[in-house]
Amino acid sequence: MVRLALIRLASAIPTLLLLIALAFFMMRAAPGGPFDSERVLPPEVQAQLEQAYHLDEPMWKQLARYIGGVLQGDLGPSFQYTDFTVKELILQGLPVSMQVGLTAMLLALLVGCFAGTVAALRQNSLTDHLVMGLAMTGMSVPVFVVAPLLILLFAVGLGLLPAGGWQGGGLRDMALPVTALALPQIAILARLMRGSMIEVLNSNYIRTARAKGLPTRSVILRHALRPALMPVLSYLGPAVAGILTGSVVIEQIFGIPGIGRYFVQAAINRDYTLVMGVVVFYGTLIIAFNFLVDLLYGLLDPRVRAS
Amino acid sequence: MKANAANATALATVASAPPGRSLWSDARRRLISNRAAMAALVLLTLMVALILVGPMFSPWTYDYIDFDGDWRAPPQVEGLHLFGTDQLGRDLFVRTLVGGRISLMVGIVATLVSLLIGVTYGAVAGYFGGRIDNMMMRAVDILYALPFMFLVILLMVVFGRHLVLIFVAIGAINWLDMARIVRGQTLALKNREFVMAARASGVSNARIIRRHIVPNLLGVVAVYVTLTIPHVILVESFLSFLGLGVQEPATSWGALVNDGARDMEAAPWALAFPAAFLALTLFCFNFIGDGLRDALDPKDR
Repeated sequence: MVRLALIRLASAIPTLLLLIALAFFMMRAAPGGPFDSERVLPPEVQAQLEQAYHLDEPMWKQLARYIGGVLQGDLGPSFQYTDFTVKELILQGLPVSMQVGLTAMLLALLVGCFAGTVAALRQNSLTDHLVMGLAMTGMSVPVFVVAPLLILLFAVGLGLLPAGGWQGGGLRDMALPVTALALPQIAILARLMRGSMIEVLNSNYIRTARAKGLPTRSVILRHALRPALMPVLSYLGPAVAGILTGSVVIEQIFGIPGIGRYFVQAAINRDYTLVMGVVVFYGTLIIAFNFLVDLLYGLLDPRVRAS
Repeated sequence: MKANAANATALATVASAPPGRSLWSDARRRLISNRAAMAALVLLTLMVALILVGPMFSPWTYDYIDFDGDWRAPPQVEGLHLFGTDQLGRDLFVRTLVGGRISLMVGIVATLVSLLIGVTYGAVAGYFGGRIDNMMMRAVDILYALPFMFLVILLMVVFGRHLVLIFVAIGAINWLDMARIVRGQTLALKNREFVMAARASGVSNARIIRRHIVPNLLGVVAVYVTLTIPHVILVESFLSFLGLGVQEPATSWGALVNDGARDMEAAPWALAFPAAFLALTLFCFNFIGDGLRDALDPKDR
């Protein structure tokens, strides 16, 4: 198990460093710099400033400094919101983003796995075709189409829920954004779960469990569910990435004060440090999560541990 | 040449099958009997035809701004605004179809880019095997874990929007999956008799990969391509939705959905038509891809 952890870590760390390096070099390639302003600075002041921010050092030293800074949680100052550092802005948005993202993730897992299992149990029935048809629709309708449609239906049409905004993050604030964010993931998870459940249900030990007269419910819950959940587990990494990416759009559409909305604003305003900071932050989150999922996978599946 | 290689696989895999049934004719039969996939194929063909010729039959162009106040006109036959007009009075029928051209073009070109990189990389890694394979696939593993969507957004922000940049950026994301799939297949293929025969008769490595390995990968690749195109269209729409894709007055489905969503209370048709075209296209591609996979999946045979 320790060996597995070390092997996984050996691939997670270069990924992280590569991400930071890519962000660093793109930042350098970006037109403009932190000291650009209307006023032309005297060359001495410019030199002083560059020295203060270590911009006069060789490139590799700057990169090392940037990596060191990121590892200590220092993502630099924001170009746009000059009174804040990027770290402060991210920490400000984090609780709201986490609340929406985690709820969507949980909802997607519960509904997706349930729908997939139901479809697998009634393979090729009307229910199965219905669930899979809906799942295919869910996969084909992008998040940014679902969200306006939900607003049109529930906020503009029926007037049941607010079209956007964030008043303390109650259920009413959360309902539409979380649904829009979870729907595509529900679709993918349902398809995945159906496939793996059908495979498990055709295996010999399930036939044995049924032959000894166990009721369907305990066959599913006690014997089939755990192995069938393994592919779902390995999809969790991409699912988290999908939810984070989707949240960028969802927070923008619903006006939720999370990290995603900063990201879009920063991208439009060319606030390079903030964009970069969010990429590094989300990237680290995704990489760390993938690492954890890999470990969990090894913990749950003895075959992975052995190889 | 392709047919010969495909026949060789068919003979190797289904030696006991009755004669005259090649892998491809078998697959075609399965695909045709898959009603959902065939319906999707017909619908997609119709939509592509509409996208290609539709704008020619409209008196409007995609960038004609109506200053006389025909803003947000609902869909109507008179005046020939079949899908209505947007907040600038531009005809949405033509804009939706012209936007579709961009979306489809990005989808196809970027998929071809990823196809080219992925197949070459995967086939080389799988064919040579050993240490080369190990190193090449380790690199893929590392790249695979990068949050590419965010990097693409970063790329578009830093270097500005450019259609070619979109192709390259999206193509560069998608080759990883392709490389993995192709490598796996190549590993299985390279020990087959026909590859050994080619090697024994002194054919060079590059030629073996090109003429004997790659043609036999066409099945998997075809499935993967049909599933990649909708994915790429989705990514492009996502970028355009964020305002980072194609530039006005040119448009794509993502950009149109973005415009429509902003104006949806006053002009819901500006959201409905582009969104429907986008969703239907993705729907068709996904169904065709699923159907192709069922038709070509060796597990099923």
